Amino acid sequence: MSTIQATGPERGIRDRFGFWRRTYAMMAKEFIQLRRDRVSFAMMVAIPVMQLLLFGYAINTTPHHLPSAVLIQEESDLARSVLKALENTAYFRFVYEVHDVDDFDNLLKSGKVLFGVEIPRGFERAVRRGDKPALLVAADATDPVAASAALGSLGMLVQTALQHDLYIGDAPALPFEIRAHARYNPAAESRLNIVPGLVGTILTMTMLIFTALSVTREIERGTMESLLSMPIKPVEVMLGKIIPYILVGFIQAFLIVNIGVFLFGVPVLGNLLLLAALSTLFIAANLAIGYTFSTIAQNQLQAIQMSFMFFLPSILLSGFMFPFAGMPVWAQYVGECLPLTHYLRIVRAIMLKGATMQNLHFDTLALAALMLLAMTIAVTRFRRTLD
Amino acid sequence: MNGGNGIAIDVKGLSKSFGGREVVHDLSMQVRRGSIYGFLGPNGSGKTTTIRILCGLLTPDSGEGTCLGYDIRRDAEKIKRQVGYMTQRFSLYQDLSVRENLEFVARLYGLADARGAARDMVKRLGLSGREEQLAGELSGGWKQRLALGACTLPNPQLLLLDEPTAGVDPKARRDFWNEIHALAAEGLTVLVSTHYMDEAERCHEIAYIAYGHLLANGTVDEVIAKSALTTYTVTGEDLNALAAELIGKAGIDMVAPFGSSLHVSGRDVAALETSIGPWRERSGLHWQKSHPSLEDVFIELMNRSRDNFQ
Repeated sequence: MSTIQATGPERGIRDRFGFWRRTYAMMAKEFIQLRRDRVSFAMMVAIPVMQLLLFGYAINTTPHHLPSAVLIQEESDLARSVLKALENTAYFRFVYEVHDVDDFDNLLKSGKVLFGVEIPRGFERAVRRGDKPALLVAADATDPVAASAALGSLGMLVQTALQHDLYIGDAPALPFEIRAHARYNPAAESRLNIVPGLVGTILTMTMLIFTALSVTREIERGTMESLLSMPIKPVEVMLGKIIPYILVGFIQAFLIVNIGVFLFGVPVLGNLLLLAALSTLFIAANLAIGYTFSTIAQNQLQAIQMSFMFFLPSILLSGFMFPFAGMPVWAQYVGECLPLTHYLRIVRAIMLKGATMQNLHFDTLALAALMLLAMTIAVTRFRRTLD
Repeated sequence: MNGGNGIAIDVKGLSKSFGGREVVHDLSMQVRRGSIYGFLGPNGSGKTTTIRILCGLLTPDSGEGTCLGYDIRRDAEKIKRQVGYMTQRFSLYQDLSVRENLEFVARLYGLADARGAARDMVKRLGLSGREEQLAGELSGGWKQRLALGACTLPNPQLLLLDEPTAGVDPKARRDFWNEIHALAAEGLTVLVSTHYMDEAERCHEIAYIAYGHLLANGTVDEVIAKSALTTYTVTGEDLNALAAELIGKAGIDMVAPFGSSLHVSGRDVAALETSIGPWRERSGLHWQKSHPSLEDVFIELMNRSRDNFQ
């Protein structure tokens, strides 16, 4: 009757290579499981290759063609020549031309430009008279790395560029003075730049993981099946899972900002309430993205891998580690899709430049848009059935 | 009540495939309101899939029908409000307490007094004093009772229970079934899947499904009668050897040991009796013609369906 036979003595246990056979058995099992988990396997290959290519090309610590604005208070051929010469240094790229000081300040405050060149009224006449007038170059020095190379070589480069200029001639020295003004962070202290940046980076990391595991955890623990059989809608599941963590994120942000202010002496020049409100928006955006991963991933490991895939570019392409303006255009487009990029501009602008909402429209809208996009994907991706 | 025709579940021609493998094939069934309907069949026979289709968790590839008068394809959301589904695997939150789990369910269904409803259920379940215990720390039997309590909390009209007593001790199983009968007496319709024959016999009606096909349904007596199976019960010595000799003989469809006796069954009475003839006179063996048990019928159905569908 019985078909299961005990192992006979001839098939008994050989224990001579026991250690190796058991290790081999475990190894073989792991390889099989690894091969079956296609997504993890693909990520193992894709992550290093993609990230290396992406970041290898994108990161540039001596950036060129930095977005700049010019405040023109005098239209003259000499002024045009000087601007042309500045552009020829390859450090500056003039994207805005304004005639009003307020506009000029706003561009710098909002982070739309890193440099502003001010051509004062009566500039050409003063040059001709030999008065050596001042040409003001204002730099947003919140990120010392981005500004320093350009500022450092300013005098020499402009002179070389203007050497054969019609109006200047082969003068031994420049007939005007270049006065560089490093705004917001005159001492070029990198912690002033890094600490606000860390607020965003730390929040990204913690918030993503919180929600990235939320749906997959329900699936793995078997609670999703009964949840789906109850009358609750995908939007309700999502909001119910995101909102508690907004509070957690808010506490985190509060702690980091306080440590930044009291331990590292980073100022908060702008409105604290505005900082709190926009930080909340940023926290919600990250939670929404984490939640979206959670609806796509099939298990918790995949959710963590996805969060990591998102976190690394957030650190490297957002302007946290390397100057945003120094990246190639395509990398800047990638950066614009990351909430951290926008939040870094916001948090640096509010803390270091005393920016107001008026300066931050674009980045606020971008954060809101990214959050809504993630939420829409999450709600449509959320499977209401087990099909 | 919805539908109002005394039928809680009425489906026709349900089919569902996963990755090219048909798990449910052309399944039709009717379940009367207020009855306990048992769902039997081997593992992987499509019981869980059918239950999931009924509560809107899966969409059938083909087929149609109503559950509590609502269309199973279009009105999944309405069905969810009226149906309590108890999953095979414990699916309450292990890291929430008994009370917290019940309150969560009560709130999801929008009960006016979620706390009160949870409190009453704790009392009904006999869990008073253990409200704050984590659900994950309960024993298997209590977990099942709690899960049943969570399902019945929103006053559903239909309960779908997927192997609710798997791995639960006999005493807890009996208590569980007493509770199910009490609920049915209150007018609830219960569809319950199980592997246990004694549980099947406590159902008003049963359906046997294997390889996605519904093979038999009706009351227990009807199913046994329809099987047209004849069974001889043999007692005596060395039944193992006897079984080995009998297997495969013409007319003998099944030989199965039952404790100290052996059940020898076949659909063709004449052929069966011819085949067992030589052994009937053997000394030390006592042969008795008897009714097949439900288990005989099911195992025979399963053997036959394996030949047909695999």
